[in-house]
Formats: sequence, structure tokens, C-alpha cells
Amino acid sequence: MTMTNILLCGVGGQGTLLASNILAETAMLAGFDVKKSEVHGMAQRGGSVVSHVRFGSVVHSPLIRKGECDLLLSFEELETLRWSVFLRPNGLVLMNAQRIMPMTVSGGEGIYPDTISERLTKLPARVHAVDALGKARELGNSKCVNVVLLGLMAKQLPVLPRTIWEEVLESRIPAKLLELNKKAFEAGWGLA
Amino acid sequence: MQKKKKISTSSARAVLSGNAAIARGAWEAGVRFASAYPGTPSTEILEYLGTYPEVDAQWAVNEKTAMETVIGAAYAGARSLVAQKHVGLNVAADPFFTVAYTGINGGLVIITADDPGMHSSQNEQDNRFYARMAKVPLLEPSTSQEAYEMTIAAIELSEKFDAPVLLRTTTRISHSEGIVSMGERREGPAREFIRNLAKYCVLPHNARKLHVKLEERMKELEVYSNDCPWNRIEKGDGKIGIIASGISYTHSRELFPKASFLKLGFTNPFPRDLVKRFAASVKNIIVIEENDPFIEEQVRALGIDCIGKDRIPVCGELDPDILHESLREFIPQAFPTRVAAVDVPVPLRPPVLCPGCPHRGVFFLLRKLDLLVTGDIGCYTLGAFPPHNAIHTTVCMGASITNALGIGKAMKEKIHGRLAAVIGESTFLHSGITGLIDTVYNQGRHLTFVLDNSITAMTGHQPNPATGITLKGKPTKKIDLTALCRAAGVDHVVDADPFDLQGLEAAIKGALAKAEPTVIITRRPCYLLKDYKPEKSPIQLDRAKCVKCGQCWKLGCPAIERSQADGKTVINATLCVECGLCAKVCRPGAITSISVKSGDAGSLNAEANTMKGPGKNINSEKQAQLKKTDHNTNSKKEPTK
Ligand SMILES: Cc1ncc(C[n+]2csc(CCOP(=O)(O)OP(=O)(O)O)c2C)c(N)n1
Ligand code: SF4
Ligand code: SF4
Repeated sequence: MTMTNILLCGVGGQGTLLASNILAETAMLAGFDVKKSEVHGMAQRGGSVVSHVRFGSVVHSPLIRKGECDLLLSFEELETLRWSVFLRPNGLVLMNAQRIMPMTVSGGEGIYPDTISERLTKLPARVHAVDALGKARELGNSKCVNVVLLGLMAKQLPVLPRTIWEEVLESRIPAKLLELNKKAFEAGWGLA
Repeated sequence: MQKKKKISTSSARAVLSGNAAIARGAWEAGVRFASAYPGTPSTEILEYLGTYPEVDAQWAVNEKTAMETVIGAAYAGARSLVAQKHVGLNVAADPFFTVAYTGINGGLVIITADDPGMHSSQNEQDNRFYARMAKVPLLEPSTSQEAYEMTIAAIELSEKFDAPVLLRTTTRISHSEGIVSMGERREGPAREFIRNLAKYCVLPHNARKLHVKLEERMKELEVYSNDCPWNRIEKGDGKIGIIASGISYTHSRELFPKASFLKLGFTNPFPRDLVKRFAASVKNIIVIEENDPFIEEQVRALGIDCIGKDRIPVCGELDPDILHESLREFIPQAFPTRVAAVDVPVPLRPPVLCPGCPHRGVFFLLRKLDLLVTGDIGCYTLGAFPPHNAIHTTVCMGASITNALGIGKAMKEKIHGRLAAVIGESTFLHSGITGLIDTVYNQGRHLTFVLDNSITAMTGHQPNPATGITLKGKPTKKIDLTALCRAAGVDHVVDADPFDLQGLEAAIKGALAKAEPTVIITRRPCYLLKDYKPEKSPIQLDRAKCVKCGQCWKLGCPAIERSQADGKTVINATLCVECGLCAKVCRPGAITSISVKSGDAGSLNAEANTMKGPGKNINSEKQAQLKKTDHNTNSKKEPTK
């Protein structure tokens, strides 16, 4: 039984939830059993957020175990560090190279490490950092950074056909934003 | 208000959360009426139900009114649903216990959404005990598919046994998603209210007979429990027999691929015969359940020895890693190989008040004036954490006002003039108004802030009676908070804008000088409200003028960062929403805003920290404590919701 375990992490408000919804639905339409888990509530208030998505022939637990995450899609650098403990050896990290200071750093209680990329390369993992926010801005809307990242990830998941991704994007995204998000997906796909 | 995506009405497969699956099941089961007070993790059930035209779904003022309303609807023949978070059932417990006696007419399903791990609650009470105590049938789904099927079954069982049915989810069920195969809606039979005092009027004379009936019903339900699709044996090698319910079942299935399972989904009344049969077929029994040993105690009561809470934690949520750790010796496979943790401390990222949040101004002043502040539950509970550090107690919804009344009674002159309660408008209507009447009646004299942000924000933006909008988005009578406070007997009720720091500070001082109960209603909408388009006050930062005084950091705005290089302020332009508040507190004029009059800032800071007294000590002690817990707890500073 092959199982794919994907963790999406970021900061509340960055759009991780929509991204994980799209991923889960794509996996279902591609014929897999799928479970997804996240804890709502703090999403709008700038807290650390994480979604577990698992797909395969049969999925029981919705939670990924530490050491079993195949792919970590991170929307923010510090959050990559926080959640990297879930990675399996040689797992893949796709990271948006953006930094959002937590209040604890502004309040002097903690330090934002400035060597995150370096530290990540020391892990037994494949790390790919991209400027997804920059890409989204180039496209004219920083909000579509989540779909840029989805495109980036989609390229790495050949078991999920691109046509299904596009179908799900079309059903999930309001018509007036669809063109923009399709471009964002394409841009992300091209970054890989 | 956030609009929920509609669940398609055709029979098909979809990836649904446990909450969406419950709503879908209720709709298919012919539920016509639903009521709830929001509470994480139950809130989305009513939001989804509200999208179905056949369902009359409404937000109640609190869980007790919701429970009583659905009881009325069920008596009158409508298939009905009520949902609440676990602590909500405490509020609704009184009618809940009695409806177990009277039974129903139209089917009634009661959802309790528990919160092991306290992702967003003040405790992790295990509400399965409510089912046992009230003698109500209990269902515990393990997946979205089961949440959906069990909701339909709950309505059927309710009508078959003339009993309300409790369906217990947990955060991990309510908010996890899985594939659900859906069906079609079937309307319930047309029923009406029929006068029947012996059933619906619980005078002692009737209740005595109803109790006897209830005990008989429980016996019939136990027969069902022993032989129902929700409790099933899954044969394995018989060496280890796992008894599990809820989410624990899904984790256990992965950890014990070879074991025999007794999967329990209908746990009250307890399937004693089935458990005995299962126990006889396996060597070692392990009971795996979250929080309290609800199942385990009943297994042991049958004289069956088992492994359970002697190894598996009672506190917190379970996950496969925790279970593997606690049951190591029974699990042959090795732990997954983890990559080494990064060798640098990762600062916590607790949730914060949003940029532009109306509560921010209030907490800035409360801390500055160093009052003893009793808190309540809502976004503003974040005012207890750094950098606000302005709240000293939080017990449960509505407790701010009455806690202050009690503190005032105990401390008298030592605290008068320095005591305040803060409560959001939704919480005030939920259970604060009774406390205010109590305060007036018993001559308390603290200041109560009603923080009116025009929405129930913490739980994801639901309308409430102070917004004049219903769950379905229709206009309705809007309650007048000022008139309500006056009618409760408070003579000094004033309005204030929480972003007019000078005006608000004057209002606070004016109220605190009075020897009577007072109310300040701060009015400014939640910044995230879709229709709220406040005037922008773009700010400018002149870093040369920043003296690192830290006044702006005390606002706790996520857009205000402190540079790690030179310690001065940096504004994160992506996060700043141009509310202008920081310009009002920056004395050296490093942060300025065109629409903020000069001089504002100076007068604000002139008398900073001149107030002394007990409030002061409490504040610094609390700060020290908070510092400590920051290091110990791991990113778990979420407020209760
Ligand atoms: C008994 C109970 N019911 C529900 C909740 C969930 N809950 C927490 S805060 C809150 C409402 C907050 O609204 P309001 O007081 O207006 O404050 P806001 O979040 O808008 O600032 C709710 C419903 C709870 N904690 N306890
Ligand atoms: S959701 Fe609204 S009330 Fe809550 S913190 Fe954000 S702005 Fe403030
Ligand atoms: S104006 Fe100041 S207080 Fe308001 S959002 Fe921007 S940085 Fe925060």
C-alpha cells in the first residue's frame, strides 16, 4: 500500500486551508482514499497553522507521524523549521522564502533565526526554496501565493494528473479570480 | 460572516469535514429545524445546515435557549438538531437532563463537540459521561463517513426509542476531512404537537413515572447496543484485542494491523454482552480512547482485565506517535526514522489580535491604567497575553462581570475605582446580562466594558442579536445594548470609540470615579467584517526618530516588528492595514499619520503609569508567570473559544 503524506504549514491568513482543500479533492478525484486534518479557529489570527493530507488506497488515521512526511509544503521560513520534525529521511521540502515575524520575536522573547535555508540543507532532505510571494506579486495579487505553491507542488506529484488539478481549481475558485489563479498555478509549475 | 461552501445536494462523493458530514446527514434525515450557539469545534454544523433551504437553522442566544428551542420543535413533531461545543452542554445541561425523561415526538439529535487537547477550550471534559448520567443513547463517529451515517441513524433511533440521541465528536473528527458517499433527502412523517401532560409536563407526579419508563428504555437500548452496526468485531489474530472508539480507532488500526478489534460506535448503554464475547476470543485486551477511561471502566466493571489508562495518557489528544510510545511493548514495528531536529530554538507563534482589531485600543489603555481586569471569552481573551498583559481572570462565558462583582465584594475599598470587566457583545448577551443585573441588584460598583465589534468574531464571524442579522443572513430586530444595560439598572452607560484613545481614556476615568456600577460600550466593527470599510490612515515611519521606547510594541500589532539588527521599529507593509493606531501612541513622532492630529500622542503618554495599587502588583506577577509558561508550553497559547 503506497501512502503519500503531505504537510502544509504556514501562518494564519496565508491561504494554507484553501490549498489543502484543493489538494484533498484532487486526490479523491484521482481515485485515492484521502484524509485531511487541521485545527481551525486560529487561522485568521496569525498563529502557526498546519494541515495534514494523506492519500493512498486506504487511509485510516488523518494524522501524519513524525518521520513519515514525504513532502512539506511550507508557506513561511520559520514554520518550515517548526514542522520539519515531521519529515522522513530524504523527504522533499518546498518552501516559500518569506519571513513573517511572530509577536514573540517583536516582544523580545525569541530570535528569528536568519540562517534557515542553511540549516535546512543540513537535514537529510531535498530542499527547494522559491520566491512564491514575488511571483504572486508579479501576477498582480499577493493573495494567490497559495496557488503558486500548489503549482510548484503539483509538478512533484505525478500521481495526480494536471487536468484534475485544473478541474478542481475551476470548481473552487470564484470566476473573477480564476484567470489569475490559473496563471499562478502555471507560474508555480514552472518554478520547479 | 463567512459563507460556507454549499454541499452539493445530489447524491455523490465529496471530501467533507466531520461537521459538514453531520450537516449533510441531518439534511438527508429530514431535519427541519436546528439551533445552536457557536463554539469551536461545533460551529460549522449550523453554518452548513443554514445553506439548505429545507432547514430552518438559527443562532440562539446561548446553548440553553438553543436546547430548549429544539426540544419545543421536537415536541411539535419536527426532526431537529442542536449542536454545541463540550462546555456548551454545561450551559444546556438543565433541559438536556429533562428531555431524557420526556422523550420526543420528532427525532432529536444533540451534537456535543469535545476538544481533547484543548485546541480552543478551557478544559477537556469528556461529555460521554453526560450520556451516562442523563441516560441518553450515545454515538461516537470515527470518520466523516460515520459522522454522516450516525447522524441519520440518530434521528431514526430517536424516533424508534422516543429518546434524544447524543452524538459526540471531537475536534479531530469535526475538523478532519474524509470522503463521504452521500444520498438523498427523505422527509420525516408529518407530526404535530399533541397535548400529553403525563409526557411533556415533568411535575414530580409525572416525572416519577417517566423515570421508570426511562430505565426500561435503557434496557431496550442495551439490547440494540449489543447487536447494532456501530459496534462490530473485526477479527484478527486474537493475540491482542483492541477496544477503541472515535478517532483513536483510526490511529489504532494503523499501529495494530494484525490485532482483533472491537470497534465501538454506540457506547451508551454499554454493549456488555458483546464486550464479554470479544474478551473471550482474545488474549490481551487494550482499550484505546481519548481523555477519560469511559469505556475502560465499563470493561473492568465486567470483571475483565485490560490495559488502558495505566499506559495511555488521560490528558491531551492522542496521536499515533503518542500511542506507539505508550504501547511500545505490544507493537512489533519500529518507530519511523525521524530526521534530526533543527539545532536552534524556534520562537513560538501564538495567535494575535489582527491588524486593525478594535480591541487593541482598549487593552492598550487597560494596561496603561493598570486596572484589575476580569476577562471573558472571545477574541479579546488575547488581551491576557503579551504584550497586552491586561486581563487577570478568565473562567467561562459570562464570568467576567460576576467575577468582578465577587472581587469587589472581597476587596472592597482596596479595589474600588480600579476594577473592570471586559466582555464581548455576543458573550454579554449569552450570559453576561444576568451578571450585570446581579451587579446592580447587589450594589457592585465595577466598570463593565461591553466590546461591541458587531459580530461573534472568535468562532469565525457569526451574526448575533446585536447585529440585527439572522443565521440565514436576513434582517431582524437589532437589540439596543445601551437600553438593555439601562433596563438592567445601570444609570451610567456611555459609548466610546476604542480607537479614540483620548476619548476612551477620559470615559474610563469618568466611570471609575463613580461609586456605582458603570458600563462603557466600545463600538467599532471587527476589522475582518466584509462590509466594513473604515477610513484608512496611512502611516509613515521615520526610523531616525525611533527611540526604541516600545510604546508601539505594546499595541501587539503583528505589522509592528522590532528589527533584530538595531532594535528599532519596522512596519511590515504587507500586514499593515493602515488603521493609524500606532501613530497615536508614538510620542517621539517616529510613526506619523496624516489623519492623526499632532498632540494626540503627547497627551496620551503624559501620565503613563502614574496609577499605583494592587492592580499594579497583580500585573507584574502575572507577567512573570506568563513569561514562565511561555517557555514551558509549546505554542499552546490559544485562547478559549
Ligand atoms: C459555553 C460556551 N459556548 C461557546 C463558546 C465558544 N465561544 C467562545 S468566545 C465566543 C463568542 C465571542 O464573541 P464576542 O463575545 O462577541 O467576542 P469577539 O470574539 O467578537 O471579540 C464563543 C461563541 C464557549 N467558549 N463557551
Ligand atoms: S477577528 Fe476581528 S475581533 Fe477578532 S482579533 Fe481579528 S479584528 Fe479583532
Ligand atoms: S497602522 Fe499601525 S497599528 Fe494599524 S495596522 Fe498598521 S502598523 Fe498596525
